[in-house]
Amino acid sequence: MHPFTLERPRDLAAALALRAQAGRNDAPAEYIAGGTDMVQLLQEYVRRPERLVSLAGLLDNRIDVGPQGLRLGAATTMAEVAAHPAVVERFPVISEALLESASPQVRNQATMGGNLLQRTRCPYFRDVGYAACNKRAPSSGCSAIGGENRWHAVLGTSENCIAAHASDVAVALVALDAAVEVRGAGGQRSVPLTDFYRLPDAAPHIETVLEPGEVIAAITVPANPAARGSHYVKVRDRASFEFALVSAAVALDMDAGRIRQARVALGGVGTKPWRVPQVEAALAGASLEPAALRSAATLAAEGAQGYGHNDFKIELMQRAIVRAVEIAGVRA
Amino acid sequence: MMTNSDLTRRELLERAAVTGGALTVGQLFPGAAPLAAAQSADVAPAPLDVRLRINGSEHRLTLDPRTTLLDALREHLHLTGSKKGCGLGQCGACTVMMDGKRVKSCLSLAALVEGREITTIEGLAQGERLHPLQAAFIERDAFQCGYCTPGQIMAGVACIAEGHAGSPEEIRAWMSGNLCRCGAYDHIVAAIQDVATATGSSGGG
Repeated sequence: MHPFTLERPRDLAAALALRAQAGRNDAPAEYIAGGTDMVQLLQEYVRRPERLVSLAGLLDNRIDVGPQGLRLGAATTMAEVAAHPAVVERFPVISEALLESASPQVRNQATMGGNLLQRTRCPYFRDVGYAACNKRAPSSGCSAIGGENRWHAVLGTSENCIAAHASDVAVALVALDAAVEVRGAGGQRSVPLTDFYRLPDAAPHIETVLEPGEVIAAITVPANPAARGSHYVKVRDRASFEFALVSAAVALDMDAGRIRQARVALGGVGTKPWRVPQVEAALAGASLEPAALRSAATLAAEGAQGYGHNDFKIELMQRAIVRAVEIAGVRA
Repeated sequence: MMTNSDLTRRELLERAAVTGGALTVGQLFPGAAPLAAAQSADVAPAPLDVRLRINGSEHRLTLDPRTTLLDALREHLHLTGSKKGCGLGQCGACTVMMDGKRVKSCLSLAALVEGREITTIEGLAQGERLHPLQAAFIERDAFQCGYCTPGQIMAGVACIAEGHAGSPEEIRAWMSGNLCRCGAYDHIVAAIQDVATATGSSGGG
């Protein structure tokens, strides 16, 4: 690790003030909460902050469920949320996506806010031995385009970056119209999770709309009848403890054997968690008959572009949608 | 001025511990220039006073802020039961309990776990009496080289306590954060299942 000063502020206001002094880009100051991603990034010299500001003990760690929906304090751990009875019952896709993530140890340590802000698993981003990575070193190029890109994105890519977003639970949250409460020195605002992440375009190193010093304080998920009939399908190289090649989060509201309303989002294939409204529109009114599901799922490929090794994802993500809808349909 | 050849093995390891082992990598692979350059520019930051509660005892340490909980245990408290495999949260050899829950000690900075109750493999036995899972690992021959064993046992104890040891399949899924390069998995699963069955903790999931 590059040397840093470790700040352990007494309260969130002090932490926000400390961090706000730093700029947005290659920030000399960074936050650390659960640490499961940040410590890896520090160990591998991917991040070299001069100052590390701890959020330990400063953020809300409550889980609240009511008629309005679900509110998860940013400091709740992945394990706590996954095991919460009301989350399991009313928002199964969230619990499933979390349990399919990481390892039991990491789920005990990692916070929900940190999960949403984890950095990509693109091996070129994670290995400073490669000079070219626009996400790690702006304007240095992209090693994945023309390199080993089996794990990379096919949706939302740009000529500057094809790194896939790594979070599973973000995919479930995007499908359920979740929002994040953002806190900064200037106050608080709520941002829909779909608008929270930025496409790489010309600036892949800026991944979210967070302003310098802002933190995620909580995640809110509105109540929705479809959330009970939801399911997460994750396809990966190992049965457990592996990132998604492709994943699909589906929530269905059914009426007499027909889909009244569908929410569908994809993981492992986008540069951010990828909602597919065109698939949702095609599923509305459909039965669970396989041909109808396959036909709707083909629309997910709209705008998809393979880069060689990851071409297979374009068909695989359609099949993942079909599987997830079939299972969610039984529940709904 | 001291050159590298004057360093003892222990000193070398201690320096590498603080910087995630990059020192060794830089020497083995001279081509890894960016990492080596980053290394030489390192100046130790101001140390921090850190109080840790380990196996029921309080310890006061003065640590480089970069020190992970694992390195604090091994290099400063000489509790070398917890092992350093990857240092990146992938292998599970460093697994300890924090407030009763299993965690990877290589992914926590020591200075950020003050006030937490840490239990290591050294704190598992009651005096000379082994924890049932330690005994089951011996009974089932659940290791070969033994390097992953402390982490496997700590994770296994948690797996049973959580109620995630109801079947071999469930044990495998909930033990997937612990790798065994010797491939002793069948025996590890059997040992965990033995203890879960004996203590009636195999239900749930």
